[in-house]
Amino acid sequence: MTSLILVRRVRARPSIVFDAMTTAEGISHWWGPDAGEPVLKAESDPRPGGRYRIRFRTKDGLEHECSGEYLEVTPHARIVMSWRWTVGGGDPGESRVEIALRAVTEGTEITFTHARLHDEESRRSHEAGWTGAFDKLEAYLAEIA
Amino acid sequence: MHGGPVDKRRAIQILSCMVNYNERLDRTFAALVDPTRRAILTKLERKGAVSVSELAEPFAIKLPAVMKHLDVLAEAGLITRAKAGRTVTVRLRPQPMREAMEWLRRYERFWSTSLDRLAIYAEAREAEAKEKEQ
Repeated sequence: MTSLILVRRVRARPSIVFDAMTTAEGISHWWGPDAGEPVLKAESDPRPGGRYRIRFRTKDGLEHECSGEYLEVTPHARIVMSWRWTVGGGDPGESRVEIALRAVTEGTEITFTHARLHDEESRRSHEAGWTGAFDKLEAYLAEIA
Repeated sequence: MHGGPVDKRRAIQILSCMVNYNERLDRTFAALVDPTRRAILTKLERKGAVSVSELAEPFAIKLPAVMKHLDVLAEAGLITRAKAGRTVTVRLRPQPMREAMEWLRRYERFWSTSLDRLAIYAEAREAEAKEKEQ
């Protein structure tokens, strides 16, 4: 199971970090790999079964969009969500983002995990994803032909 | 819109490139998921070229099972095998692992810079909240 785990300490209380990570307003301030590039659209409904969708630009001028579903939401403590690229990113299938927040003296410790980046399940959905991408391409090619 | 058959061919080329890239990554990660195969790669990394029998030695599994693991590693392009007489020599081929690492690093960079910006934003909100509380 391929996972990426990052641990950060932030000088802000868990409730503030939680809101920054789950509200559309918060997300629009930090999401994306290139500082100075805008989040173009952020939608977020942070409750189990609710969805999020975030569109942003990178400094190469390309637009990307990721979206998914909130699977677990424990206010100020834990967020689990499914993740997939819907625009850009080469869609390697569905993966999972898990965020744990823990109060520490200076503020909050964030344990951020992007899991299932490349396992069997993700590969199956990735195949489905690619079929979808090919369908879209075909539709697009039919349009421009 | 730039229409026409050239665009179409180019688009299909790019897509099939991405599919191949994803398939290669899948094979690499699937090969790396097994602890015996990772141990084989570690040994190859330390020793360079190793014969199959020498490779099988420390593992509590039979030679045919080792051969199967080697097949998986070879299909993923992670090793090469060369036969000289009755000896098969196995060598590490690190390119697919580099590609996999590069792919992971892109995610790492994405989240790492995002979390840096999150910290700046949340810390500013915290300062505002503290001011209000006073």
